[in-house]
Amino acid sequence: MTTLKILKYVLYDVLRSKMIIIYTVLLFLITFGIIYTGRDVSKAVISLLNVVLLVVPLISIIFGTIHFYNSKEFMEMLLAMPVKRKSIFWAEYAGLSIALSLGFIAGVGLPLLIYGGDLSSLYLIIAGVLLTFIFISLAFLASVLNKDKAKGIGMALVIWFYMAVIFDALVLLFYYMFSSYPLQKATIVISALNPVDLARILILLKLDISALMGYTGATLHNFFGSAFGVMFALGFLMIWAAGPTMLALRVFNRKNF
Amino acid sequence: MKRIYYILIILAIANINICSKDIIVRPGGSIKSVVESSEAGDRVIVKEGFYKEYEIVINKSIELIGEGNPTIDGISKGEIIVIRADSVTVKGFYVNNSGFSGMRDYAAIRVENSRYCTISANKLVNNYFGIYLAGCNDCTVIYNEAMSNAISESSSGNGIHLWKCSNISILNNTITGHRDGIYFEFVTSSLVQNNSTFRNIRYGLHFMFSNGCDYENNVFTENGAGVAVMYTKNVKMINNRFENNWGANSYGLLLKDISDSFIYRNTFAGNTAGVYSEGVTRLNIVNNNFTANGYALKILGNCTDDTIKNNNFAGNTFDVTTNSSRNSNFFAGNYWDKYKGYDLDKDGTGDVSYRPVNLFSKIVEETPESVFLLRSFIVDLLDAAEKVVPVFIPETLIDDEPSMERVD
Amino acid sequence: MIKIKDLKKKFGKNEALKGVTLELGEGKVIAIMGPNGSGKTTLLKCILGLVKADSGDIYVNDCHINGECEYRKNVGYMPQYSCFPENLKVKEVMAMIKDIRGNHCVYDEELLSSLKISEMNDKQIGTLSGGMKQRVSCAAAFLFGGSIIILDEPTAGLDPVSSELVKNKIAAEKEKGKLVIITSHIVSEVESLADSIIYMLDGRIYFEGTKESMYTQTGEADLNKALAVLIERNRSNEKG
Repeated sequence: MTTLKILKYVLYDVLRSKMIIIYTVLLFLITFGIIYTGRDVSKAVISLLNVVLLVVPLISIIFGTIHFYNSKEFMEMLLAMPVKRKSIFWAEYAGLSIALSLGFIAGVGLPLLIYGGDLSSLYLIIAGVLLTFIFISLAFLASVLNKDKAKGIGMALVIWFYMAVIFDALVLLFYYMFSSYPLQKATIVISALNPVDLARILILLKLDISALMGYTGATLHNFFGSAFGVMFALGFLMIWAAGPTMLALRVFNRKNF
Repeated sequence: MKRIYYILIILAIANINICSKDIIVRPGGSIKSVVESSEAGDRVIVKEGFYKEYEIVINKSIELIGEGNPTIDGISKGEIIVIRADSVTVKGFYVNNSGFSGMRDYAAIRVENSRYCTISANKLVNNYFGIYLAGCNDCTVIYNEAMSNAISESSSGNGIHLWKCSNISILNNTITGHRDGIYFEFVTSSLVQNNSTFRNIRYGLHFMFSNGCDYENNVFTENGAGVAVMYTKNVKMINNRFENNWGANSYGLLLKDISDSFIYRNTFAGNTAGVYSEGVTRLNIVNNNFTANGYALKILGNCTDDTIKNNNFAGNTFDVTTNSSRNSNFFAGNYWDKYKGYDLDKDGTGDVSYRPVNLFSKIVEETPESVFLLRSFIVDLLDAAEKVVPVFIPETLIDDEPSMERVD
Repeated sequence: MIKIKDLKKKFGKNEALKGVTLELGEGKVIAIMGPNGSGKTTLLKCILGLVKADSGDIYVNDCHINGECEYRKNVGYMPQYSCFPENLKVKEVMAMIKDIRGNHCVYDEELLSSLKISEMNDKQIGTLSGGMKQRVSCAAAFLFGGSIIILDEPTAGLDPVSSELVKNKIAAEKEKGKLVIITSHIVSEVESLADSIIYMLDGRIYFEGTKESMYTQTGEADLNKALAVLIERNRSNEKG
């Protein structure tokens, strides 16, 4: 109950912040621009894919970290009230994630909807929302692990850069080195290690399924070809949201303010 | 009851000297015995009803007509109707449950070494082979429907199967649930038009050594492996649709050792590979639409002197892929939705050439698992770099006159 | 009201509290003083449950605090720095405190006018000056009528008018029989407000007692000078 009461005020605060308004407007303009110049919604989804996979995690993790440090005194004040620590944590986490998700849905979802988005647009929105929750979770983790704000933001940036860029480069290198080995199962395991890849796969399963079905191995073929692939991606994305959050909550519960 | 027999006998006697007479078969009667006793030029009319019969052999020129779609059930015993004479017509039957055998190709309707036969408006359900023409000329197969429930390739037969035939017209048929929808081997100068084959477990259309055939306005969808055409010359494929053939070895259209042929105004949409060509020479691929395929056009290094012109490539994951670093085919005037060039002189042709092959397709070729990195930032980066300085992709596989707008 | 037994806390290698034992009763203003890093804020945060002590016990109203949050119903806290979300309006902040504290408290509405809070009701926290923010924090600490009020540097950065408003409030609350704990560097403020002084040094309580006992111990009649004597004694102890 207390969590919901605090959540309400966190939402009031975050939804009014300049940053989230700029974020929403910017996403809206980008999406609108892409649809307008491409004249084709399914083509727009492809162009938006990289926006969703790079920009959403970046903004979420940076905004999440900054917000956490800026709310430190507020959390102290709340902690001095008869409120459980985990209530404060959940209220902050949910408030920020919901606010940014709303911004994302309004910025990207609305134009897609107006121009008659298909199922792949829906997957894009779901992926974006999940990535928002995941990267705010990671932002909170980076924040509770570092007392110093600059270090926290630094760690957040490193996490983003690793997941958005470095990881895939390493995987490509890995494939290059081990191309003579059977890599099907490894591929599924690897994909689960990075939420950005999971989100991308989720959309690929709708967008490029005909190309993915060109793969010859049975394991990956079943993975791509059945509902299992979508379930797998969604499931692990949720784990990626829950895992760092629980970890951050554990640290938060013992943290000295 | 007796009275009917009398009438029949009287009728039979009365008609004995007229060269063409109508013979009626009603439920309870035997089509087989009536056909045996009929003479050339007769019309055997089968009334609506259910007939458990098989091995009905027609060895004289008669018409076998079903009125109100009578059902002939072969009770899984063998062939159902076998034609071994010229100018036979079989029309308007439901022909169900032919035999299944590993040794013999049992068919619902088989035509052997005959000419001028017409098989029309039959519905063939749950047969091993549907319509089987062997050694026939100048026959027509029209408005038939064949549906079976094939599970594996080895235990199923083809919908319409032609072997060593010429001048056959296969028109307006629908085939589903067989091994191959339409199968041609050593067939020449034939026409396949307005047919629809879907959800057959192997190929929607499959032909080999069948020179000089035309395929027009057919629809091939969701077949296990799409359409395969091999070892053939002078093929014309016009206005067909090849759609939603998914799978590792599934193609909208598989071309193997085809030469001097013409592929015009077809649509390839939603296939794992739109067109896969191997050992193809002097083929013109013109004015086709390649839409939302995984690989729109896979063209192997052993294809030569092919022309790919004025096609539309839109929404494909990969437009053109090849396994070779050389190219001896000609690309021009195609519309590529991934083309980012400009047209300053406004002549509708892009001022910058376009290379439709990208590096990542090569990587996927070598390490198929890496396909899951598709559309990742790092892959886009690699592709962009390769486009600027081509190292791995064929230097000459290039469209120098890319169209700015879709080609009609 | 507050009992502390042998409280110890380490931050890494740095020992912030090296065994603090204290007992604080009601109807008093107690000032915790000491140089930077002496453990003042850590001690306050331990009482509030913001910092978890390594060892030792704290009892608030005879209730042992052990991660349990109910005792904080009676505790008001004003942190050193402004603490409310920037984009909330002042009236929303007040509403929030009432929301969280619940209806069983008696809210001191008169306070809002005495601290001149009502006149900035529709302003967002982010647009307020430092002094205004402090006044809001102060109001938040006093609003619900808790029996223990903890103020960390309450008048730091306040303009004279606001500072005076806050001081008056503290004095008034004391009269109502509440325990008010403040930390401060401003000697004159402590002198005018506090009944007792706790002087902390290096994670320990160096002096604890009333102003008067401090004067008699040091033989000085002025708090400034008395403190100087205390510090001087400490130095010579270290040397000796």
